[in-house]
Amino acid sequence: MATLEITDLHVSVSTEDGPKEILKGVTLTINSGETHAIMGPNGSGKSTLAYSIAGHPKYTVTSGTVTLDGEDVLAMSVDERARAGLFLAMQYPVEVPGVTVSNFLRTAKTAIDGEAPKLRHWVKDVRNAMDELRMDPAFAERNVNEGFSGGEKKRHEILQMELLKPKFAILDETDSGLDVDALRVVSEGVNRAKAGTDAGVLLITHYTRILRYITPDQVHVFVDGRIAEQGGAELADRLEAEGYDRFLTTGEPATTAGA
Amino acid sequence: MSLLADSGPKAHTHSADTLVPDQSRAERIRSWQVSDFEVPTGREEDWRFTPVGELTDLFSDAGDSSSLAVTHELPEGVTRSTVSADEVRAAGVPLPSDRAAAVAASGDSVVVIDVPAEAELTEPVRIRLDGATRETVRSHHVVRVGAFAKATVVVEHSGTTDYTELLSVISGDSSQLTIVSLQDWADDAHHLGQHDVVVGRDASVRHIAITIGGGIVRLNTNATYAGPGGSFEGLGVYFADAGQHLEHRLFVDHEAPHCTSNVEYKGALQGETAHTVWVGDVLIRAAAEGTETYELNRNLVLTDGARADSVPNLEIETGEIIGAGHASTTGRFDDQQLFYLQSRGVPEDEARRLVVRGFFNSIVQRVGDPEISERIMAAIDVELEGGAA
Repeated sequence: MATLEITDLHVSVSTEDGPKEILKGVTLTINSGETHAIMGPNGSGKSTLAYSIAGHPKYTVTSGTVTLDGEDVLAMSVDERARAGLFLAMQYPVEVPGVTVSNFLRTAKTAIDGEAPKLRHWVKDVRNAMDELRMDPAFAERNVNEGFSGGEKKRHEILQMELLKPKFAILDETDSGLDVDALRVVSEGVNRAKAGTDAGVLLITHYTRILRYITPDQVHVFVDGRIAEQGGAELADRLEAEGYDRFLTTGEPATTAGA
Repeated sequence: MSLLADSGPKAHTHSADTLVPDQSRAERIRSWQVSDFEVPTGREEDWRFTPVGELTDLFSDAGDSSSLAVTHELPEGVTRSTVSADEVRAAGVPLPSDRAAAVAASGDSVVVIDVPAEAELTEPVRIRLDGATRETVRSHHVVRVGAFAKATVVVEHSGTTDYTELLSVISGDSSQLTIVSLQDWADDAHHLGQHDVVVGRDASVRHIAITIGGGIVRLNTNATYAGPGGSFEGLGVYFADAGQHLEHRLFVDHEAPHCTSNVEYKGALQGETAHTVWVGDVLIRAAAEGTETYELNRNLVLTDGARADSVPNLEIETGEIIGAGHASTTGRFDDQQLFYLQSRGVPEDEARRLVVRGFFNSIVQRVGDPEISERIMAAIDVELEGGAA
């Protein structure tokens, strides 16, 4: 079993007016096989948490730690983090012109495993995973994210999760911009990948809709860079009924609620 | 040199005249006579980016012309002959458009490669040119492709030389021709080339310039149409390192109606003083109704200190066209792409290589000759490794 441990994480970004603190002390532990939903209003720091764990250069960790089975994740380069078993499904995946999906997937798989996958099995694995995500086989010969619809981009992200088999997957608003059918297909993909590898999933979302398909073990509510409240799946139901208003109007509940 | 002597020629009326831009691209002089062209000073519109001071030997038709070692691989049916310069000129091939091209054509004889009408070649015609020493070489080649023929012609340049070149490509009616010119010279080679492509009626011609090696390489590619229905595609890839000057100029002259042209050049620059120039001129004359044309130049600047000049020009004399457009972008390496690939476990150097290969891939995959495509990609890999070292 693997453990991803985030302790008192503070993260800043640089702005024209100097550094601005986005995460103001986040503590969170997730184990293999668990699904944690991170919810919260826009600008609460959800995506910052995702990108900070992945190592995006735009974000500066000013204090706190992130460890994966005791190893210091913050000391690793972006690609080392991925090879250690972390995966980030991005909200806005990047176009890579001239690089086909099939070439990209094979290159990533080779990098993660440290050796090239056995060709025959690999081709079959890719085809099966694409089938299950209802992706046309012709997709493999298109350039990465170039001209993809919103739904195609998200399927492609989850396809990577299924094939790269990370220990922990952070899904950054994977549900945004998906219609109900696509949401179901993508959610099934996440559940399949998780069942196959016992991965831990950090599911970042603004809406509760995806939680009908992916059941969280824990729900953390982010407000203003801190965890304002946490609980089980029932917390998501309450958010669905009430929205985020009560967190936004009562000043700073974060200091007490998280403790 | 004194200040006075230096400033004198600049104030001279002739030099001042040359600073006035052409009213139309069509007005430029074309001639077989070297003396019809002044030795460029670098102040002329068409020489303003070129380090002309280092090219004095290439502007002179005095002295002997040495020659490059030539290997021809001619598929069955394709012939090579040597004919007199007078005969070639009388046949009406396009005239030199600058002094270097006139120098290139100043010899007595011309090598002509003929692909017969209706021939469908399964193997490319290969012409390999290799220079052993820095000697002055002038060359005029003609490639003639007969009506309804299908052919690929690959010209490869390597070694070192001071080379002026005129290449005249005449495609017959309804022919389909791909012509690849690979500049893989040594670091000190100089090459001033003019490639003229005459697109036959209903013919499709694709000209692909790949420039990777050479100290100074300047290639002017001019396309004209012998009749309606012709299609010209001008593709290019260049990669400049520190100290290299790689210049590509295109001029597509739409005189016949219902013709199309598409130009797409991509370049990468790496290292201090790496300099690339791309100038794309398109002229749509009054008679060229139904023209469709597009030009694109993209430059990827990989390090500080490199300079990419990119100048698209479009001149339109009739409104009765299908479309005309151009685009030019010069940018730095996209860190978001790098982050995306690295977040999938791909190490940074490999991620960079993947992105740069991808950048060029859209053009390289259209070369249509796997051997050349692989060579280009291998050469790009070498360039990238050189930059990391």
